Order: sequence, then C-alpha cells, then structure tokens
Amino acid sequence: MKLITAIIRPERLDDVLAALFAIDVRGLTMTRAAGHGGELERVETYRGTTVKMELVDKIRLEIGVSDGFVERTIEALVAAARTGEVGDGKIFVTPVERVVRIRTGEVDAAAVTPAEPASAESSDS
Amino acid sequence: MDALSPASTAWLLTASALVLLMTPALAFFYGGLVRRKNALNTMMMSFAATGVVGVVWATLGYSLAFSPGNRWIGGLDYVLLRGVGLEANGEVPHLLFMTFQGTFAVITAALISGAVAERMRFGAYLLFIAAWTLCVYAPVCHWVWGDGWLAALGALDFAGGTVVHVNAAAAAVVAALVVGARRDHGRRAMLPHNVPFVLLGAGLLWFGWFGFNAGSALAADGVAALAFANTFFAPAAALTAWLLLDLLVTGRATAVGAATGVVVGLVAITPAAGFVSPAASLAIGALAVGPSYWAILRRSRSRLDDSLEVAAAHGMGGIVGALLTGVFAGAAWGGASGLIEGGLAAGGRQVAVQAVAVLGTLVYSGVASFLLLNMIGLVVPLRATSGDERRGLDGPQHGEQAYVDGDGAVLLLPDATPPAERPQLTIEPAAATS
Repeated sequence: MKLITAIIRPERLDDVLAALFAIDVRGLTMTRAAGHGGELERVETYRGTTVKMELVDKIRLEIGVSDGFVERTIEALVAAARTGEVGDGKIFVTPVERVVRIRTGEVDAAAVTPAEPASAESSDS
Repeated sequence: MDALSPASTAWLLTASALVLLMTPALAFFYGGLVRRKNALNTMMMSFAATGVVGVVWATLGYSLAFSPGNRWIGGLDYVLLRGVGLEANGEVPHLLFMTFQGTFAVITAALISGAVAERMRFGAYLLFIAAWTLCVYAPVCHWVWGDGWLAALGALDFAGGTVVHVNAAAAAVVAALVVGARRDHGRRAMLPHNVPFVLLGAGLLWFGWFGFNAGSALAADGVAALAFANTFFAPAAALTAWLLLDLLVTGRATAVGAATGVVVGLVAITPAAGFVSPAASLAIGALAVGPSYWAILRRSRSRLDDSLEVAAAHGMGGIVGALLTGVFAGAAWGGASGLIEGGLAAGGRQVAVQAVAVLGTLVYSGVASFLLLNMIGLVVPLRATSGDERRGLDGPQHGEQAYVDGDGAVLLLPDATPPAERPQLTIEPAAATS
C-alpha cells in the first residue's frame, strides 16, 4: 500500500474530489493547510498595515491506496489540480507499513480503497 | 401652512438613523449567505452603497426625485442641495426630509447586490448603482412620492413596496442575467458560510425597518404608531408561516428560512404599513410567504442565478404586498378603501391602480437597468475574471480576506529600504548520487 499526500489549491478541491470519486477512490482525508511554494507574494493592507502573505491557503489530501491504484490516483490528481501557474501543489507518495480498518479489523490492502483495482495489476499482499 | 413639530422632527431624526442602519444590516444578511471567500466583497457591496449613493443623492438624486418637475421626473432646483434648508417641509425641516429619503435610496441600491454577488467586479457595481440611483430610483421615487403620474393615479405605497422593493428586484433580475450566472451555479452546492450572520442581519434589518415604515408617516402621530405595530406583526406572521411551510416541506424549521421569512414579511407590509389594521398586517405577512417560498424553490432549479433571492424576497414580497394593500386598505386606518372595505367598485379600482404601479415600475426599472448595465459594460468589464471567481473576490478586489489569522504575514515597513533579494539557499551538492 501507499499513502498519497497531495497539497492542492483550495479552489481546485471540488474538481479534484470529482476526479477521485470518478476513478473509485472512496477513502480520503482532507485538511486545510497553509504553505509556501514559491508563488508570487500576495500583498494585503489592513488599515494602513501592509503585509506580505508568505503562506498561502492550501488543501492537504491524504489517500491510502493499494499499489495498483497509485498511478491512476496520481493521474487524476494532476489532471484535476493543475492550473499551470506556480502554486499548483505537490504529490508525495510514501510506503505504508500497516493499515487497519477500525470498523472491521481488516488489514493492509483489504483496508485501503479500493482493495481490487479495476485493472488486472496485482496488489501486494 | 407647514409648521415644524419638535416631536415629529425628533422622531424622523431617529428614523433616519434606523433606516441607514439597514444597509450594514443587509451587509450581514447577504454576507452570511455567500461562501467565505466572497464574504468581504459581498458585505462591501452593501456597505459601500452608503457612501456612493449618499453622495449621488446629495448632488443630484434628491433634486431629480423631489424638486418640482413634470409627471415623470423632478427638476434641477435642488442640485447640490441648493434651497434645501431648515424651513418646514410638512412637520419636519426640509433638510431632514431629504436625509430621510437619502437613506432609502442607499438601501434600495444595496438590495440589488444580492443578485450579482460572488462574480460582479466591484468597480463596475459601484458605477452601476450610482447611475441606477439617478436614472431609475430617482424617477420612480418621483412617480410615487413626488408629483408623479402614479401619485396622481392614486397608487398607495406607504413606505416603498414598489419604489424600493419591486424596483430593486426588477433591476436585480436584469443584472443577474446581464452579468451572467456564477460559474458554479447549478453545478456545485454553494452554501451560506455564516448562518449566524444571516440571523444577525435579519434582526438588524427588522430593527431598522421600524424607522423605514413608521418614519414614513413623516410625523410622530397615530399613523406612525400604526405603521410601527404593523412592522412588528406582519414579519411575525411571516416568520411563523415560513417555519410551518419549512416543517411541511422538509420536516425541519431552518434558520435561513426564519430570516428569509422576516424579510419577506417586512417587504410585504412596507406598502401597506400605514393603511391597514394590525389584524390585516398579520394576514398580509402570512399570505406573502407562499409566493416567495414557491419562487425560491423554482428559482434555485432554474438557470437564473439571482444568487441571494432578491426577486423572490423583494420582488415577490413587494408585488404581493402592493396588491394586498389594495385589498386590505381601510379608510378608517388612513388609506383609501380597499377591496374588503370598499367593495368591488372602489376596491377593484384600487387593486388595479396598485397593479399598474407594480407593472410600470417593473418594466421601467428592468429596461433602464438593462441599458445602463450594457453601457457600463462597454467601458469596464462587468465580471471578475474566471480565476478570481474561483479564488474568491475578497483578495483580488479588496486586497483583504474576511478571516485571517496572520500566519505567514510579514510586515512591510513603508520607509524601510526594499527588502534585499531573498537569500539564496545554496545546498551543497552533497555527492551527486541520484
């Protein structure tokens, strides 16, 4: 299994969720985050106090997937989150030692979504 | 003839401040209904109207509405408030009458913003409400309350059901069509980001509306007391009716529904406030709910993106209120005889006159707003860019956010030397392994 962590623009979230659900990724966690990714600085003024916003609002998605699903998840993320401007975000893929589904006690590949990739690729188990 | 009354002057001073408060109240009502990324922009559309429309009213608007002119529009006698002084106009100083009327012009223009929220450019919007106040509000105001053709016809509009609400709603629908729907309209759920703001705004609107309706008596007298009582009971009935409808339709009494019910009740009683009995105001408030409720259900499934339901609340409520004024008006309460009291002959004529006033306003406001928007559209874009619309208009249009925590904000000192180049992180090429 892999843990896919994606940092994306908040305004792309709806498109990204639609793309993920379309390829049957059903389990994910969303967090509001802030980050700096080399975007042009945004200058804001509050009653004469001018500030440079070094951190930009981002969304962090964490998705546990079986190995066979890594590529299609990444493709969906990239396609839906890309605008072409600096600040589109990043995707990190990290190996996962163990996964347990709390409700059933299922472990590892059975506990991530989807257990059976639509393609014939075998998942690790 | 006209003699100043200290009591009436004191009441109208208070009422003017109450009506002015309705515009910031509307900012909260509208602001709570939009998504958080557009909260400031939406609130500023209302808030800024107090400034822009106030200036326009003093320079030219008041003259076009209330100085002697013809049946269609006032003259130029009061330009820059020349000749508007401390002398009595009715029971209050002319200057105070002009100020009281100015607060109405402000809220009317601000109402339109609900139909174009979350996508219209701020600058184009301000141009539009300035032009609209002069070209639409001032003439319609003159028709009904000045020496205009609807006044001559005998149309009853106590505090502005037609002048304010039907007028603004017609402009709102046209503006929503000309500016176009939000890109997410009909495709994504766009939920209110702060329902407590909506309740706060509705509460403050109700509070201010006592000045709007009871102040329209232009005196501290029994008619003001009647309008005041009706301003309490019609929204009370509307709120109750809306909650019952909500319970019937969805099984839950919603807070946004309660706030909407209050506004619909207030709109509906506005033209009738000083003409009908308190018992009739209960009926008007309750009867106005059905059409508005239906209009919201229909509208949200249509392609018309009147984002914050200006047409359903103010248009539908205003039309129903104007017509019901013709039904319930009683000579004993200070109005003409409506359908119930005067029977089919006299009452029927009154209802017909009310309908003419509504239709005339709808058509004129709609057509004139369409022309104004298209003319402004030739000079500046009406819409924010698609990227700004996605990101939300607060940052791009105002350079501020509604909700900031200051994380990552670096103070820029005005007199400091420009910050040096960001120190280049030089990472030692630690053995080219990869």
